[in-house]
Amino acid sequence: MSDAIDIRRVVKRYGTFVALHGVSLAIRDNEFFTLLGPSGCGKTTLLRMIAGFEDVTEGEILLFGQNIAGLEPNRRPVNTVFQHYALFPHLSVLDNVAFGLKMQGVPEAERRRRAGQKLEMVHLSAFADRQPAQLSGGQQQRVALARALAPEPRALLLDEPLSALDLKLRQAMRVELKQLQEETGITFIFVTHDQEEALTMSDRIAVMSAGHVQQIGTARDMYEAPVNRFVADFIGETNLLQVDVASVAGGMARVVLPGGHQLTCPAASDAGGQHHLSIRPERVSLVASGGDLEVTVERVVYLGTDLQILARLDGGADVHVRIQNSARIAVPSVGDRIGLRIEEGAARLLVD
Amino acid sequence: MAGPLSDHTPEGSGGYRGLVGALLLPTWIAIGVFLVLPVALMAVYSVLTKEFRGGVDWQFSLAAYDQFFLNRGLFGDEPPVLEWTYIAIFLRSIWQALLATVFCLLIGFPTAWFIATRPAASRGIWLFLITIPYWVNLLIRTVSLKFLIRDNGPLNEALIGIGLIDSPLPLVNTNLAVQLGLFYSYLPFMVLPIYAAVERYNFALSEAAADLYASRWVTLREIVLPIVRPGIVAGCLLVFIPSLGAFLAPDLLGGAKTFMIGSLIDEQFKGSLGNWPFGAAVSMILMTLVMIALLVYARSAAKGEAA
Repeated sequence: MSDAIDIRRVVKRYGTFVALHGVSLAIRDNEFFTLLGPSGCGKTTLLRMIAGFEDVTEGEILLFGQNIAGLEPNRRPVNTVFQHYALFPHLSVLDNVAFGLKMQGVPEAERRRRAGQKLEMVHLSAFADRQPAQLSGGQQQRVALARALAPEPRALLLDEPLSALDLKLRQAMRVELKQLQEETGITFIFVTHDQEEALTMSDRIAVMSAGHVQQIGTARDMYEAPVNRFVADFIGETNLLQVDVASVAGGMARVVLPGGHQLTCPAASDAGGQHHLSIRPERVSLVASGGDLEVTVERVVYLGTDLQILARLDGGADVHVRIQNSARIAVPSVGDRIGLRIEEGAARLLVD
Repeated sequence: MAGPLSDHTPEGSGGYRGLVGALLLPTWIAIGVFLVLPVALMAVYSVLTKEFRGGVDWQFSLAAYDQFFLNRGLFGDEPPVLEWTYIAIFLRSIWQALLATVFCLLIGFPTAWFIATRPAASRGIWLFLITIPYWVNLLIRTVSLKFLIRDNGPLNEALIGIGLIDSPLPLVNTNLAVQLGLFYSYLPFMVLPIYAAVERYNFALSEAAADLYASRWVTLREIVLPIVRPGIVAGCLLVFIPSLGAFLAPDLLGGAKTFMIGSLIDEQFKGSLGNWPFGAAVSMILMTLVMIALLVYARSAAKGEAA
């Protein structure tokens, strides 16, 4: 697969503020690629640079091999689904969807037919003659999607398109978006701050923070093998424990926890000193004795499908554990001394 | 009226309705005294007989309308033909008002756009600057304009001083001067409603249009203008209507050739040379024209809305 979009050492400065510090990433053709990060991390800026709404301060952006840095937005073969949809309020739903085709000079009958097809794709054929203001938020969202897809762009840019919808609708739209992407084969570049959205839809994710790309990989890579503390903390829940690296040998590190417990885990680098250890709460099981760690139960929270156990290590660090709710489980009580067994490979030593 | 509230407390709601009537009374009085009464007075005066020293005799007569539309010869004994004098003044006034509206729009739209796209904090200052000249009385402003553009006024002297022209440009008593006066008088009425419309405009729509391959020009034509249209229409009406009836600018800056409706009406109510019924009739005809124009606009707007 070739690269749809190649971003090379792109820098964005607003006066003295640096929004992007030399970001490089390659998005493959036909890929559902997500830019994930907290607000202010530069993900939307990057998307707007691809669309052409922001200038590139330094670096270049190649779209299917062509440098598009100097191109006006209306000359770029990409379309955008805007965060608040930006539907044209004075045009009917059908005319909204047909707008891009009209601008491309497609004859009226042809563009009505093609816009109609796109409306069918998003299940809104019955609403073709309505005005956007007469539609619900979810319907407007679909119109925005159909409008951006109608000119059959080579890449579709989506700027937090689901953030204004309620939870149920958001979950339904995730599935639909992924299906649409697979059906159309168009490269989707999706911006979100919602990690669940990113994990459920994306082929690959770039996690961004403070103008830097922290990690690029699949959802599984991000969750199971975060490269640094930010990614481990941002994606899902985790226990971050400060540890001393005692020794490194053969790619495995021996680390010492605050209470004096020792663990062996895969080492990202061979550096010694203080680091953080990430342990996902669901990768830990409770044992009566002989676990990797020994803790005192502080609280038990009933979550329906799960039980969350908050416990304290002898050294003072807090650990939370998630176990599936089941009748076979002996639920510990507050104050119990229990052992924790960490799944093999589940404890990861992080680069700060 | 069987709302849930009125079902439970009929007396209370009746009392409330009575109170609404009382609260609306000042509005009704204001409308009655300042709108209905003067218009009714004009309508009545226009069908009365002219009194010799100005004023009216309470005697029904259609002479005023007759004078406006028909020519019966110098002694009133010839067969009537259509009188063009006043219709020509009307046509000229409409033309002048249209021109003034177009000029105000051409300058007012970019001005309003500029102000509306400044940072929110500085918009107030720009609007304030626009309104400063209007703290001065219209008459004084118009006279000042005349002083500025007269043959030995600062404008001509400056132009001669820098060697652009040899003899002063004859500006006073021309259509151009009247246009300048109308433009100067009514520009803010164009700027303010357009500003209000542009300020509400969602600029993400322009981005969306550009994203869908529209050039800047096409975006302006297909997206921006249709959306801010109510502001533009309001501005045009607010300039056109007073321009049509204006008499200060044409009187002070124009000459006999630029005689407009406003001046015609103004003259009828001055001294013993006036003709009150005729002035009232001209006013009624002018008002009817404006009403027809507004109705046509309202109907087309309603159709546009429905489509």
